[in-house]
Amino acid sequence: MTLVREPVTAHEDYLDAGYSLKSWLLTTDHKRIGLLYMASITFFFFVGGAAATIMRLELMTPRGDVLYTPDSYNRLFTLHGVIMVWFFLIPSIPAVLGNFLLPIMIGARDLAFPRLNLLSWYIYIVGGLLVLGVLIFGGVDTGWTFYVPFSSMFSNTNVIGAAVGVFIVGFSSILTGLNFIVTTHTMRCEGMTWERLPLFVWSMYATSLILVLATPVLAITLALLAAERIWGVGIFDPKLGGDPVLFQHLFWFYSHPAVYVMILPGFGVISEIVPCFSRRTIFGYKFMAGALLTIALVGFVVWGHHMFVSGQSMYAGMVFSLLSFIVAIPSGIKVFNWTATLYKGSIRFDTPMLYALGFIGLFTIGGLTGLVLASLGVNPHVHDTYFVVAHFHYIMVGGMVMAYLGGIHFWWPKLSGRMYPELWGKLAALTVFIGFNLTFFPQFVLGYLGMPRRVYEYAPEFQVLNVMSTAGASILAVGYVLPLAYLLLSLRYGSRATANPWRATGLEWQTESPPPTENFVEPPVVIEGPYAYSPEAAEEADHGHH
Amino acid sequence: MWNFPLFPERASTGAHDVDFVFFCVMLVILFFLGLILSLFVTFLIRYRRGTKVNRSEPPDTNLKIEVAWVVIPLIISILLYVLATSVFFRLYRAPGDAYVVNVVGKRWMFTLQHPEGKREINELHVPIGRPVQLQMISQDVIHSFFVPAFRTKQDLLPGRYTTLWFEPTKVGKYHLFCAEYCGTNHSRMAGSVYVMEPADYERWLEVGGSNITLAKQGEALFQARHCGGCHGPSQAVRAPLLDGVYGSQVPVLREGDKVPHFVAADQRYIRDSILEPKKEIVAGYEPLMPSYRDQLGEDDLLKLIAYIKSIGLGKEAAR
Repeated sequence: MTLVREPVTAHEDYLDAGYSLKSWLLTTDHKRIGLLYMASITFFFFVGGAAATIMRLELMTPRGDVLYTPDSYNRLFTLHGVIMVWFFLIPSIPAVLGNFLLPIMIGARDLAFPRLNLLSWYIYIVGGLLVLGVLIFGGVDTGWTFYVPFSSMFSNTNVIGAAVGVFIVGFSSILTGLNFIVTTHTMRCEGMTWERLPLFVWSMYATSLILVLATPVLAITLALLAAERIWGVGIFDPKLGGDPVLFQHLFWFYSHPAVYVMILPGFGVISEIVPCFSRRTIFGYKFMAGALLTIALVGFVVWGHHMFVSGQSMYAGMVFSLLSFIVAIPSGIKVFNWTATLYKGSIRFDTPMLYALGFIGLFTIGGLTGLVLASLGVNPHVHDTYFVVAHFHYIMVGGMVMAYLGGIHFWWPKLSGRMYPELWGKLAALTVFIGFNLTFFPQFVLGYLGMPRRVYEYAPEFQVLNVMSTAGASILAVGYVLPLAYLLLSLRYGSRATANPWRATGLEWQTESPPPTENFVEPPVVIEGPYAYSPEAAEEADHGHH
Repeated sequence: MWNFPLFPERASTGAHDVDFVFFCVMLVILFFLGLILSLFVTFLIRYRRGTKVNRSEPPDTNLKIEVAWVVIPLIISILLYVLATSVFFRLYRAPGDAYVVNVVGKRWMFTLQHPEGKREINELHVPIGRPVQLQMISQDVIHSFFVPAFRTKQDLLPGRYTTLWFEPTKVGKYHLFCAEYCGTNHSRMAGSVYVMEPADYERWLEVGGSNITLAKQGEALFQARHCGGCHGPSQAVRAPLLDGVYGSQVPVLREGDKVPHFVAADQRYIRDSILEPKKEIVAGYEPLMPSYRDQLGEDDLLKLIAYIKSIGLGKEAAR
């Protein structure tokens, strides 16, 4: 792909650039900041996961028993949602892999605003610690959606504390998005035209557009919520002429695009992994990039599909339903094109590819069940039931978390300079896949049966399916702890990675593993598209080995 | 233990419609899932590393194929949309002759009142084969009235009426849930819907409870609150008479209006006129009425509405 010279092995890599705490906490190197994010979101992922585990234990029996009061359950699902959405899913791939890879993939030395990048991380940490403190030591019982008038007038918990934390972390999202957009526009190396951008970069670009445009609306909404709660200004209070449904409009105007922040980066990762392990170019590059941008834009006008039974007008419902069907089309393009990318490939099943294949299957199920929810006729039945819970977990956990893990394995040699144990990797990927399906598939059935979400107790006939779900969750937990353990161990015991162990074409693979602080010894020059693989060459190379 | 349901019971006309749409969507889902899965498995086996197959010149795009998988799913989506939306119309719009039951949601119970005056909590008894419309409002936070066997739900909002209707088709006892998270005991805000034979239902109505109809209770309240002092025939202050108002189009002036415009006199209008009388002034009258905001509960308002409806358009002669 490039004319980079042979890596100068004597060059100091970014991990060796300093060992002191200060060298990490004051770094402006995008790669180190990516790792700071990785450590932080891993912490939050396991906190949110622990909450989910306790919830699943509680739901093994119809009566409340593990937790002594319904209030503790309500606080727990709020903690799970708030932490997972704002402190894991939204920053996950962008802030970790995006930070690390975006500049290298376009042949730049760093992001456009390195100090702003460090500031984003500090803002994230301040918001995160505040929210965590509030959620653990005080507790909030509104759910991550903060619906009024419950959150503004009736909840006797620290709603404002949580809202302030989420408000703060929003600025981290905005600054990261801004940084990515400017970097992509201004810092591409010689020959890196827009049509040669890796799809991962396109996905970061589309995600950043959403972050920059939607997050301010969340900030406004939370500020209004706080004003309502403190001063009773009456924007949402019908007694003062306000409208509680207005809050839902504002909230979902941010939160539905945010759902795409939680999946577009996953699309980007999968679009890198599938061509590499099929040894051929991605099918329909332009459609793939176009689909990313289409989803980012159309995603802004479907928010009302969260509100078909909220008292919104029937005609608004009709428009939002139609737009929701339409936004499914570009997602379909992506799945079809990934599938077509396997055609005439030379496919290997290494761990990243297993995650990618799992992603495509689970995302397809998650996406297609969205059609059930988009259908006006069926939505009133399944809305606010476990069907919705299953649907979005298929997309966010089956999709985004799978993509994140696939990406972490794929780029682990680059990030750490070490190889992960392949056998353990495959075992963990399989465990995650099985555990995930056992956890969430029964929830589709539960939802259609009519089990409402956010309940501490439920009708006895729902128990068997809930026990299955809880059993799956315990397998899933093992599947998540395994990579944490072997990836950490590989830092010490893993074999040293070569510059390009996957023989991949991306610019990030044309520099050392781990890369030097300045990313490239010589500025790279790009002369061809991003996925110049050859399946026939791969076959021959393998043949030579045997 | 293994005798657990995988599919909910169907007990209303709407349930059949919803399930039909659901099966159609599922068919589409299974079609696409099957298509992708079979392509997947075929390619993964055929093109796995080491097989002796033709790999020359893998296509990097194909406009015809790309257009096909934009257009075909789009057509299928639009068809599904039309089907699902037509069912939604039926779910949304109650027939005119529906039997109206009032529902007030509060943390953490549903209180219901039948037109005959009978009240119940977290239980709803309805006759089979007759459209029932729920006229619902919340006293505090948002709740949602959900009956899985009827395949429908609707949120209850504070300060605004919402409606939900169904026509039961099967005698039995069905779950009623609150589906919108409403705080501490949200999961216990649940109960049952009993679908009964009409004769059983009549018997049930007569046993216990008040046999004063809701409209009569509203009339009593109307008098007790001296509403007739202004709105009655022997008015001391000039105020609109209420006979024939409900169901008509009323000319009103909102703040700043120079010319009146017409609004439908429905439950929304009556409620707002009692709580916020200055909001919409009937053309030709002075804004004299005080607000009853803190003096009447949601139950009282519903009784008054039932009374005003009973003397509404086309009914004043019957009085």
